[in-house]
Parts: sequence; structure tokens; C-alpha cells
Amino acid sequence: MSLTTILMTVFSTTFVYAAPLIFTALGGTFSERSGVVNVGLEGMMIIGAFGSTVFNLTFASTFGSLTPWISLFIGALFGLVFSLLHAIATVTFRADHIISGTVLNLMAPALAVFLTRVLYEGKGQTPVINQSMGSFTFPILSKIPFVGKVLFTNTSLIAFIAIIVGVLCWYFFFRTSLGLRMRSVGENPMAADTLGINVVKYKYMGVLISGFFGGIGGAVMAQSITLNFSASTISGQGFMSLAAMIFGKWNPLGATGAALFFGLAQSLPIIGAYIPVLSHVNSVWFQIAPYAITIIVLVIFLGKAVAPAADGQNYIKGK
Amino acid sequence: MHTKSLKGLTIPLVSVLAGFIVGAILMLIFGYDPLQNYQNLLVGSFGGVYSIGETLRNMISLILTALGFAVASKAGFFNIGGPGQYLIGWFGAIVFTLKFSYLPAIILIIGALLCGALAGGLWSMVAGILRAYFGTSEVITTIMLNYIVLYIVNFAVKSWLAGKGSDSSPNIAAKANLNTPFLQRITDNSTFNWGFFIALAVVGLVWFYFNKTKSGFEIQAVGLNESASQYAGVNVKKTIITAMLISGLLAGLGGAIDGLGNFQNISVSNNLPNVGYNGMAVALLAAENPIGIVFAALLFSALQIGGLSISVYSNTPSEIVDIVIASIIFFVGIKYAFELIAKKGWFKRKNREEKGGAEK
Repeated sequence: MSLTTILMTVFSTTFVYAAPLIFTALGGTFSERSGVVNVGLEGMMIIGAFGSTVFNLTFASTFGSLTPWISLFIGALFGLVFSLLHAIATVTFRADHIISGTVLNLMAPALAVFLTRVLYEGKGQTPVINQSMGSFTFPILSKIPFVGKVLFTNTSLIAFIAIIVGVLCWYFFFRTSLGLRMRSVGENPMAADTLGINVVKYKYMGVLISGFFGGIGGAVMAQSITLNFSASTISGQGFMSLAAMIFGKWNPLGATGAALFFGLAQSLPIIGAYIPVLSHVNSVWFQIAPYAITIIVLVIFLGKAVAPAADGQNYIKGK
Repeated sequence: MHTKSLKGLTIPLVSVLAGFIVGAILMLIFGYDPLQNYQNLLVGSFGGVYSIGETLRNMISLILTALGFAVASKAGFFNIGGPGQYLIGWFGAIVFTLKFSYLPAIILIIGALLCGALAGGLWSMVAGILRAYFGTSEVITTIMLNYIVLYIVNFAVKSWLAGKGSDSSPNIAAKANLNTPFLQRITDNSTFNWGFFIALAVVGLVWFYFNKTKSGFEIQAVGLNESASQYAGVNVKKTIITAMLISGLLAGLGGAIDGLGNFQNISVSNNLPNVGYNGMAVALLAAENPIGIVFAALLFSALQIGGLSISVYSNTPSEIVDIVIASIIFFVGIKYAFELIAKKGWFKRKNREEKGGAEK
């Protein structure tokens, strides 16, 4: 295998695995920046994966090759509606954020597999989708020598979109007044309240946007990797995204970078087999590497991760 | 005191009821018979000595992983590492039993349980040490440690314990089985085992630890306010590590007991064991009270074991049970909503009384 081909494989598998994590980790930043801890990302992904797969299977003949993209949007809506549960529980009814997030993680697989059995003759998994997200070659960029081949040929379009969305989220949080208000609600809700910012509204927005992105994350997973929905479609990616968000210090750019890193790490076992020097190493080391490296990097370079000051606290007006 | 404990029970009971109602509504919407299914659930979990044996056996690991989560949580840490600590405990116990099978039964069993618990404890302590000395988020490290242990155990089972072409270790010697012939006889061959009594004893120990020992008090103090505890002379670093160690010991013991009492071997697995996550839910349902955990685990276990027979006797998806469980915990979580309702009701009564007084 030539160097170009190896690098191409490294980048494309990294992007494929990173895309769902990027979206979901970005979702996490919205919720937590507005002060609502979100351990329920896994659940939001599951619902998004379910919704998008059902839509894809039902409407593939109507929308043709556009189906996976519309499915992403449907998955996002499913995630948004589902996250309403978290918003109502934590913002309106002052529930412990961890309890509520755990409820999402318990409820999502139960509900989604229940509905799958109702819809697909008692089976615990859906049929495989016909219209999936294939690989994409950028029209002009791929003509660039070397780089074009490595980065822009047969790659994952949705991952590039995810990175752009990550930059936009950063812009939202740190360059717009809306973003500043949302951050202020997560740092000091009482001060924000005194300045006339509607704390409840921003917290709801934060949680619902995180559901929207978590839903996309799950949908991307189903549309580009597993290609159907079952109980094991989402297995830990939500927790990985949560870790990416903390790794990225609650910053959209950091979260995107961390998610890309996890994507690279997850592609290691696949790539390892192709690289001559590494092919003799037992695959268990590649499987462990991403997680071990994360811990080591975290310990050496990042130290204490500081969450938004009022993250996880319920704001009770006048108290 | 009496009224306080009554009040403390009201919310879980109302939540359980509300959870069952949500399940019933869902079943009605999709055309399943809720009464028939709930009856099957009850029969499946308590309908005979066999079912009761299964339900009690399933409680063991729920209790221990829940206690593990609760100890870390009291110290202010969110230990998502339960699944990994349970798995490594299970692995440790099986390895010990297989490698030292010549030991007399009682020593073999004690050694295996200790080995499993210790494996879980040391594994979890890694997260504790990193948290104490580097401030590394235990949420991330425990998640990462979960996956690391999953792959290590799979690798070790496949290349070290299992025979060629097999994905499972050999079964342990019959003398190490906690599910003894005596217990099998009296419970109609269920998997009920002596681990149940160990779990109950551990509940007592943990209760004693929290309420009667200095170390247990320090854990709760650090959980309430880390800087205040430091100022009061508590060694915060040591306390953090102790809390994570105990947390992992408990989850590891859960895995060890399930290994000896239920599975008898260990296999390669694609996913982390669910029981670790379920233990979290049990602890939250019981508000992290050790005694409450026993009852929450009983409810949880009955729903899980009874749920198996729902799909056997009807075409209702057994996931309905998990929906009921999730709803129950949701309602426990939003207890403020119940307080609001109760308060409004109380206000109405009070208003009426005041009105009545004015008319006089």
C-alpha cells in the first residue's frame, strides 16, 4: 500500500467515525453552556438513529438518493422532541440533572426497540436501509495533488459539514449576543436574570438544541455506519461525545477537535491491519489505545476541566 | 420522625404507581392488554419458588453496583465505571477459581470473591488517583476505563482462558458454585445463590460505614463541600481515592458473585454489561440510601425477571418493562412536581378553612 492510500484510509475512516461524535458533542456544549448537565446524549442519539432509520425505510422510494439527508433532519427532530423530557424535568421541575439524563438513557433504547417491534413484526431490529450515505469526492478540491487525494477523495461529506457546524457554533457562542446570553445563563443565572435575560427560555433552548444535534449524531451513525436500527446501533458513542465535550473544555472548537481525535483513535484497529510495521502488533492494543491515550492526554496536558460555573445547578428565581 | 419517613416513602410509591400507569397507557395505545401483561409480570417474578429465586438472584448485582455508585456519589463523584468494574470483578473471580481449583471449597470461594472485588476496586482507584492528584474528570476516566477493561477482558478470555475456537472460558469447579445443590433443591433449580446473603450483609456494612465511621463521614463531607472539608482537616485526596476504591470494590464483588453464582464462566462480549448502568438507576431511585437500595433493587429485579415472561405469554414487546422502569425514575426525579401539586391541594384546603372562619 502506498503512503497516499494509507493516509487516505486514515483520514476517511477517521472522518466517518468522528462525524456522529462531533454533532453530539456540539449538542452537549449547548446544553451545558446553558447550565444543564447532559449525560443523556446517548439516549438522544438512540432516538435520532431510530427516527431517521424508520423515515429512511419508509420514504426511500419517494425521495431517492436525497433520503439519508432528509432522514438526518427527521432524526434531529426526534432528538429535539425527546430532549424536551430533559428540559421539562430539569428546568421546570428542578430534577437532578444526572437523574434526568439517566432516565433519557434508560428510556431511549426501551422506547425505540419497543416501537421497532411494533412497526417491524416483533423484530428487535429494522431491515437494512437502501439509501445510505456513501463516500463523497469533492469536485475541484480532489484535483489538488496529494492533498486532494488524501483529504477530498472518497471521503465523508457529513464530517466536513460537521466541522463547519462546529466553527459556526463557536461563532454563535463567542461572537453573537445570543450566545453570550446563553453562556451567561450557565455561568451566573441570577446575574443574567437581573439583566432581564429570560433564564428559563435560554435553558430550554440549550437543551432542545442539544437534543437536535444529538439526534443528528445518532442519525449519522445509523445512515453511514450501522445502516439499520437495533439496540446496539448506539453503543457508547453518546458517552464518548460527552467525554469529547469535556475534553474540549465545553468549547465547540475543542469538542470538534476532541471528537476528531476519538474518530482517529477508533479507526486505528481498522487501519492497523494495513500498515506493515503495525500489522504484527496484536489488535487489542489498537482497541485500547484511543481510550488510554485520552486519559494520558487529559492528565498531562489539560489537568482540571472547568465546567460552566452554574452547570448542574437548578436556578430558582428569587433565591 | 415517623411522619418524615412516611413522607419520604410517598414519592417513590407515587412514582412507581405513575410509572405503571404510563406503561399501561402505552400498551393500550398499541393494542396490548395491560392487565394481562401486569399479571404475567407478577407471576413471572413472584409466582413460585423458582421465579422468586430468580428475582432474588438478579437483585444481588443490582444491589452491589448500586451501592458502588452510591458511595462515589456521596463523595460527589459520578462513577460511570460500574459496568467495567463489574466486568473486571467477574473476570478476576473466574481466573482465581480456575487457577487455584485445588484449594478447599471455602478458601477458593473467599479467595475468588476477594480477588474479584479487589480487581474492581483497584481499577476504579485509578480514576480516583487521577482525580485526586491531577483533577482529571472522573466522568471521562471511568468511561474510558470501561472500554479498556472490555477489550482487555475479551483479549484475555480469548487468548488465555478459552480453548481453541471457543469464546468462553471453561466452567469453574462445582465446589466453587455459590448456587449449591441445597439451594437448587429448595428453589426449584433456580439460580438463587449464597451471594444474596453476602449482598445483604454488605448493605449493612455500607450503612454502618456511612453512619458510624469517621471515614464514611469524611466521604459525605467531601461530597457536600470539598474546600470546607479540607479546611476542617479532612485529607481530601485520600478521601477521594478511598471513595473510588470502595465504589469499585462493591461493583467488583457484584461481578465476582455473578461469576461464581450465576454464569460459572466468562465469555467474550461485544458490549459492556448492562447491570452496571442499571445499578446507577437503582441507586438514584433509592436516593442513594443503602436500605432503600435493597427495595429499589427488588422492584427493579422483579420488573426485569417478570418482564421476561411478558413476551413469552403474549406478543407484547418485553421492552415495555424498561419503559416502566425509566418512567418510575423520571417521576422520582421530578418530585418537585408532586410537591407543587401537594402544595396547591393544601392551599385550597387552607383557603376554604379561612373562608369558613370569615363567614362565622
